[in-house]
Amino acid sequence: MTAVEFESELTRAGARTDTLWRKTVFFARQYPLGAIGAVIMAVFVLSAVFADFITPWSPLTTNAALSLAPPGGAHWFGSDYMGRDIYSRIVYGARISLAVGIGSTALGCFFGVVLGLLSGYLGGWVDLVTQRLIDILQALPLLVLALVMAAALGPSLQNTILSISIPLIPYVARVIRSNTLALRELAFVEAAHAIGMSEFRIAVRHILPNTIAPLIVLGTAQLGSAILTEASLSFLGLGIPEPYPSWGRMLSASAAEYVRTAPWLVIFPGIAISVVVFGTNLLGDALRDILDPRQRG
Amino acid sequence: MAAYLVRRFLLMLLTLFGISVIIFGLLRVVPGDIVDILFDSAGMVDPAGKLQIQKELGLDKPIPVQYAQWIGGLARGDLGYSYISEKPTLGEILPRIPVTAELAGLALLFSVALGVPLGVISAVRQNTLTDYMLRIASLTGLSMPAFWLGLLILMAIVSWFGDMPMYTDMPSGFWQQLGLYAIPAAAVGFRSSSLVMRLTRSSMLEVMRQDYIRTARAKGASVQSVNYNHALRNAMLPVVTVIGIEAAFLIGGLIVTETVFNIPGVARFLVESIRVRDYPIVQNLVMLIAVVVVVINFIVDMLYAVLDPRIKYSD
Repeated sequence: MTAVEFESELTRAGARTDTLWRKTVFFARQYPLGAIGAVIMAVFVLSAVFADFITPWSPLTTNAALSLAPPGGAHWFGSDYMGRDIYSRIVYGARISLAVGIGSTALGCFFGVVLGLLSGYLGGWVDLVTQRLIDILQALPLLVLALVMAAALGPSLQNTILSISIPLIPYVARVIRSNTLALRELAFVEAAHAIGMSEFRIAVRHILPNTIAPLIVLGTAQLGSAILTEASLSFLGLGIPEPYPSWGRMLSASAAEYVRTAPWLVIFPGIAISVVVFGTNLLGDALRDILDPRQRG
Repeated sequence: MAAYLVRRFLLMLLTLFGISVIIFGLLRVVPGDIVDILFDSAGMVDPAGKLQIQKELGLDKPIPVQYAQWIGGLARGDLGYSYISEKPTLGEILPRIPVTAELAGLALLFSVALGVPLGVISAVRQNTLTDYMLRIASLTGLSMPAFWLGLLILMAIVSWFGDMPMYTDMPSGFWQQLGLYAIPAAAVGFRSSSLVMRLTRSSMLEVMRQDYIRTARAKGASVQSVNYNHALRNAMLPVVTVIGIEAAFLIGGLIVTETVFNIPGVARFLVESIRVRDYPIVQNLVMLIAVVVVVINFIVDMLYAVLDPRIKYSD
């Protein structure tokens, strides 16, 4: 659904959409869960951006005297075995999750859109080859492919982003392809052909903009799964290397050993991951309802 | 149908071939060479020793030759030797398969047994408090990392009972196995159950809007009969697909869960082998996973035709 259609849908539903504030209020009333998701995501992004200002401690400074200090006092969430402040590490960890989430989703969506558009619009042997490539990528579970890629490339932020983006490609490519196949048959594409537009221009100027809505829905869902995959990779020691405060990495260092003695090491990073992914899921569901009403549950 | 089966089978082989090339290629671009690692750990300094190791492992040959040797071996059932334990790869992998298979089966059972009924309840009571609660619960399930849920369960059990059964030896009896696997399986299955629930719900809602459901109600069929005999049967079609896909994705969840619960299955073995760069184990394990996924997808496709008589594979 384009922006114009969304406006008319809102008006039909009785919304007063003359200002941005009224639109926001209408969205929050109509999709309370989606609004909660949007708030969670806003808090997540703001903590990542303003981490320097909202943390009293450095996430990397160690202090032997504070090793495994329980929550309370100056260290709200306690500290880890090296005496690093858990609260600060979680706030800075938002940066890593955000970078990996947005980076790999954007990269995966970019390649997925290119492949999907090419294969859906051009058809023929291009479609055949692309489809086989997608089959291959999809025959391995996301985490397995990401794991092998991460191991092959070595642990670093860029490599983690790349390793997670590749397994996301087939999902995007499939959706964009099927949308393109449907759009290709519509009258406005025929009209563009008739006035002598080049194939490339039709694909980019006419087909692509019409696939934006499903792409936004898919992208939001993938943001969550990218963040979860990063956590799993780092948990297994193949994602973000020490000493960077990745939520998954924080859980791996503390994992089973501290379950009995320092449960705060396990509880807080896990809550951070779950709440953020929960936020992407809530927001994704609401966006799907707005942008893709046929799928409305 | 026969022609479709043959074509589908050939495509399956093509996919597996593609995966084997990609995996083999990926493992050959790894920066730290296994020879360097073995060489360093053996404490050798003589460069001739390095060449010797390279030769023994067959790593001195060109990459295409190495690939051909691997595939040729696969066809004969010879998967090569582990770099680390120096035992045949097949012997290392085989005993671990039943462990993961049981765990995956139990997790799948858990996810279907929980997901389908809750999905139906949620759909039948659409927009009631029950529906909202169930939907939030399922979203929570989708948002929690499986390994964290595993750790939380571990923590809760330890704090309540002081101890929990952990894998140390091969479990002997059925009940002992169930005791050891039930908790990790629930940790993995909870996530899939959320997915199954969400899909059952939306699929049920879709079907319940159809004309034949109204007809069934109009002719006086009971609510129970309409919901279960008419709606659920048709709503299950997309759910079966997702269960099929989930069966493959469970492997991803098992990788972390087996690590948390210290269960010696193939999934944990994959992570361990990747860490020590034991290529023969890694490439064969990844191929095994790919074969399982591709075969499950094939079976799901065939099940479609059985479940829905409207679908016929021709040409």
